[in-house]
Amino acid sequence: MTGVAHDETAYAPPSEVPEEELYHPKTFIGKYIWSQDAKVIAIQYSLTAIGIGIVALVLSGIMRLQLGFPDTFSFIDPSAYLQYVTMHGMIMVVYLLTALFLGGFGNYLIPLMCGARDMVFPYLNMLSYWVYLLAVLILVASFFVPGGTTGSGWTLYPPQSILQGTPGSNWGIILMLVSLAFFIIGFTMGGLNYIVTVLQARARGMTLMRLPLTVWGIFMATILALLAFPALFVSAIMMLLDHTLGTSFFMPAIMSMGEQLDYEGGSPVLFQHLFWFFGHPEVYIVALPAFGIVSDLISIHARKNIFGYRMMVWAIIAIGALSFVVWAHHMYVSGMNPLFGFFFATTTLIIAIPTALKVYNWVLTLWRGNIRLTVPMLFAIGFVFTFINGGLTGLFLGNVVVDVPLSDTYFVVAHFHMVMAVSPVLVIFGAIYHWYPKITGRMLNDTLGKFHFWATFLGTYAIYYPMHYLGFLGVPRRYYAMGNTDFIPESAQAVNASITIAALFVGVIQLVFFYNLIVSYFRGKASGGNPWEATTLEWQTPDTPPKHGNFGAELPIVYRWAYDYSVPGADLDYIPQNQPPKQTSQRDEDAQ
Amino acid sequence: MTVTLVFFATLMATIVWWLIRQTADVQPWVADGDARGLANTDHLHTSSIKVGLGVFLLVAASLFALFISAYMIRMEAGDWKMLDDPQILWANTAVLVIASLFFQRSYNAAQKQQFASMRNALLLAGVFTLVFLVGQLKAWQQLSAAGSYLSSNPANAFFYLFTAVHGLHLIGGLWVWGKAALSFGDAQSIRQRVELCTVYWHFLLVIWLILFTLLLNT
Amino acid sequence: MALAIALVLLVVGSVLFHFLSPWWLTPIASNWTMIDDTIAITFWVTGFVFVTVNFFMAYVIVRYRHREDRTASYEPENKKLEWWLIGLTTVGVAAMLAPGLFVWAKIVDVPEDAAVVEVIGQQWHWSYRFPGDDGVLGTVHSRLVSDDNPFGMNPDDPAGQDDVLIASNELHLPLDQPVKLALRSKDVLHNFSVAQFRVKMDLVPGMVPYIWLTPTRVGRFDILCEELCGIAHYTMRGHVVVEPQETFDTWLHSYPTYAETLVSVPGNAAAGEAAYAVCASCHGAQGQGNAALNAPKLSGLDDWYMARQLKYFKTGVRGAHEDDTYGRQMAPMAMTLANDAAINNVVAYISTLPDKPAALTIDQQVSQNGERLYRSCGACHGSNGQGIQAMNAPRLAGMDDWYLATQLTNFKEGIRGAHAGDLYGPQMGLMASILAQDGAVNDMVSYLNTLGNAQ
Repeated sequence: MTGVAHDETAYAPPSEVPEEELYHPKTFIGKYIWSQDAKVIAIQYSLTAIGIGIVALVLSGIMRLQLGFPDTFSFIDPSAYLQYVTMHGMIMVVYLLTALFLGGFGNYLIPLMCGARDMVFPYLNMLSYWVYLLAVLILVASFFVPGGTTGSGWTLYPPQSILQGTPGSNWGIILMLVSLAFFIIGFTMGGLNYIVTVLQARARGMTLMRLPLTVWGIFMATILALLAFPALFVSAIMMLLDHTLGTSFFMPAIMSMGEQLDYEGGSPVLFQHLFWFFGHPEVYIVALPAFGIVSDLISIHARKNIFGYRMMVWAIIAIGALSFVVWAHHMYVSGMNPLFGFFFATTTLIIAIPTALKVYNWVLTLWRGNIRLTVPMLFAIGFVFTFINGGLTGLFLGNVVVDVPLSDTYFVVAHFHMVMAVSPVLVIFGAIYHWYPKITGRMLNDTLGKFHFWATFLGTYAIYYPMHYLGFLGVPRRYYAMGNTDFIPESAQAVNASITIAALFVGVIQLVFFYNLIVSYFRGKASGGNPWEATTLEWQTPDTPPKHGNFGAELPIVYRWAYDYSVPGADLDYIPQNQPPKQTSQRDEDAQ
Repeated sequence: MTVTLVFFATLMATIVWWLIRQTADVQPWVADGDARGLANTDHLHTSSIKVGLGVFLLVAASLFALFISAYMIRMEAGDWKMLDDPQILWANTAVLVIASLFFQRSYNAAQKQQFASMRNALLLAGVFTLVFLVGQLKAWQQLSAAGSYLSSNPANAFFYLFTAVHGLHLIGGLWVWGKAALSFGDAQSIRQRVELCTVYWHFLLVIWLILFTLLLNT
Repeated sequence: MALAIALVLLVVGSVLFHFLSPWWLTPIASNWTMIDDTIAITFWVTGFVFVTVNFFMAYVIVRYRHREDRTASYEPENKKLEWWLIGLTTVGVAAMLAPGLFVWAKIVDVPEDAAVVEVIGQQWHWSYRFPGDDGVLGTVHSRLVSDDNPFGMNPDDPAGQDDVLIASNELHLPLDQPVKLALRSKDVLHNFSVAQFRVKMDLVPGMVPYIWLTPTRVGRFDILCEELCGIAHYTMRGHVVVEPQETFDTWLHSYPTYAETLVSVPGNAAAGEAAYAVCASCHGAQGQGNAALNAPKLSGLDDWYMARQLKYFKTGVRGAHEDDTYGRQMAPMAMTLANDAAINNVVAYISTLPDKPAALTIDQQVSQNGERLYRSCGACHGSNGQGIQAMNAPRLAGMDDWYLATQLTNFKEGIRGAHAGDLYGPQMGLMASILAQDGAVNDMVSYLNTLGNAQ
């Protein structure tokens, strides 16, 4: 099959774009570079995100060297240290995780799992990637401008971010803000696609409640992102104006380097409100796709339907909705009106309830299952363990009085790395092991995969679990060197050194993963179309990897939900979504 | 952040309500064999591009809601001086209303398949929009001639910022308008663009009226 | 199987680590024991969930591991079970939230009898202001801040006249007296944090957030800035000393009121000339310095800086360390200056001496490394090494390079600046650690030499 004949499009056309324009790329460039195929765009997004993510990983390694062994590496001075901290955070949160989950997995999986031929606006989708790439390039450029990148922390708080005394306060911050603006524009183009594709282009029979949770997670995350990113956009624009044209949106009357500046009356806390109005949903923009994907991994590899599918969907919706009313829990010590603390502590702890329910349902899905401990399943269970830990420490920081002593310490760093770095990354790895066979037609090496899992899972725990206790001691974050204090014992430095060693170990181990990715592409065992015996539509494509247009001549018709595993009386322990029920299938054929 | 909070609470409540309604009474694990009884997605009432525009308008609404929220918070600081809004804004507003009316006219004509009158109204709508934009530039000139620069007071800064962002959205719309107005071929595709533009212009008119009221009163 | 064992071991290990490791909250020194209690409650609730859910998961992984002859059970959902779990979770959440909100209500509510102290942050040090006898802090404005008025006091406000200005990193508080700390920043965001007090809050320019507490334990505690405030953020530290009321009163009275700072008499250069004769024997008649006698150039050095250093020499804050050979020579010389007025006089005289660039003794190719290293120094001392009084950073350019090199080494090795009475020395000591590598000091100083010549 090479594409789709014209007369066979009686089912749902993916959009108003004519068929021939869509599915018949003529040249190599048309197929792989200026591609409008969501799957190719997904790969482009993923490779770019992983590429820039590796930069951020290396930066974190350098940062850890300084923290673990202070006074040893003279090439890391305080400016460089802050710049690495800032870039590490910003790249990981926005340019890696957001782009990979939505641009990467979203693009690959939404059309396939919904039973669509492609995204509804393929041209816009292509543009989305290129604008994203431009944003990444601007970000990279900021490493090479005079003064280097901004070193104001990934939160970019004014006034310091645009004043002397902070690294990269001139070119660095400008490029950072411009890059973010482009990222948001690019993301909006992609996000429109994800939403409209889910709403409009589902296959016949694919009701919302038959969607795999992966799609639900990405769908809700996209809604959050579309509504929350404007807050970052607004604050970026206003800060740019403050910096370049001398307005005073965020800048009060202040001194800098012993001189009076011309600013008057602006509010730094206003920036923080806007930033966290984006920043908190951002956590769920990363987490919800991870929740969705991990639900599917657990269900498939435990050969059991996801437990309480409806509750899982409603939990995703509830978390998404609540995530807009909790932002100021990042600001308990910001100097905002302290009465807000009551409201935001309450909403924050309420959001723990649907989140806890998701955890219970993952574990209950395993319960009375038939658990295959494949590599994706290992990563999924590793995620659940890590997420329980990170989620529970969130209850410390969400509760305003507990947060006050712990905020701005390493407890916060440990918490958000557990919940927002390690957890989603474990899901990403699991998802790559899971879908690699569909993307390439080959399996990833199992032994290397298991080694990769154990090293990453145990290594990251060794990094972040002890780090919480540095926080209890009161070790502040974003400190270049701790020096001597009267309350932090010498032994804390030993903890720091061991964390650094674990971090470098985990960083280096990732080479095994990349080696596996590359070698398996050429030499991996052929996977066949459905190696995991899964029900969802992407495993039912006529070709593996799927061709442009995804489903060959006919789009699938969906008869059942995505979780028909171990159904009593069925021949196999799974029933694909597009397999008609036994009794009625005969009648259907007769009817035709 | 009250404005934002209310806006987003309403918005999220709507989304949640819609999603729950779609999902409440379903027993998803029940397989359905009767293909005719399956939910149909191939006879959609709304075209994807319209849904896409709708989603985009939500994003734009979110953007403006956040700008307004920032405005109202910043306003509370002591250094706020009420801006003497240029009188030309009244005329500009009238022009934008006319542009919107012409879009509506064009839209109505399109519904009745009267393509000639659709095109005439469409052209006029665009022209009035251009006039509006020129008028906004004129307002900028008057302000800076009166010594109200961008950085002299937050009220000024917000004025320039709001008009610029609103204007840029209109310019983006004009690009689609241009494609509709300048193409002489396929009437159906022009008709679709007219529909999209009409919705978009009405939206931007409402946004402008909100912004204008706000700027005028503070 | 391995996975189940690993999960069990991780859980057991985590719990053991929690109970056996020596790392925990530092002993509290304020009234906020309720915060520690809430943390304890949170620990028990979350710890229970952590252990239970993970043990259950480990059991399930073993019990329901894959076997060819088994099929999983088919159960789409179990409403009853799910509602039970939601209910129990809600109870757990409420158990943490309710005490949290209760305690927060107390934190928000400042008692009537709380004394007021203002904490002032700037890049990168602290200072403080007490309201004086009238108990009212005078008004301030950041537009009024200057070298002559570092606190930004409003000179026309009568309430401010008796405010006691503490131009020091060290704050003293009386024991068992509730105190409200009003937090003000002159430049960027900072955060006032004392681990032993538990409460902390940002300093935000343009507004005055506050915290309140009652110190309950005598001692000297670190103040850390915990909101990233620029390159030298990690050096922005201070101390708070909690002491009985009487000692506190003595301390407070050793600082001037705003009115007193206004009438302080400037140094008399003519009177200082005589006193300078002692100095001249080493530092030269023109204050030009003498490398052979290890006496640095004085002319052109900031007067506020010289005055402070002379006081340090005099009080043993500087020049007392046994490895500080030349500092120990200087200390008795400083003793010859009887009082602050004498110090001000001699400093005033030195300020009249002609400022000629010092001779270069470190003759070394200027390296990029030196320029890169100086970026950190320039954040306080100015990009041209001109010195900035507001940052408490003296001039470097055009001064003796051999002297700078010696002092940097001293700072690095804790010979200078480590004394508890040295206000800004510990900060410089932390900063000098960036010159850890051999040759880094000379690289940096030779870059400074190019700045001196450019002037």
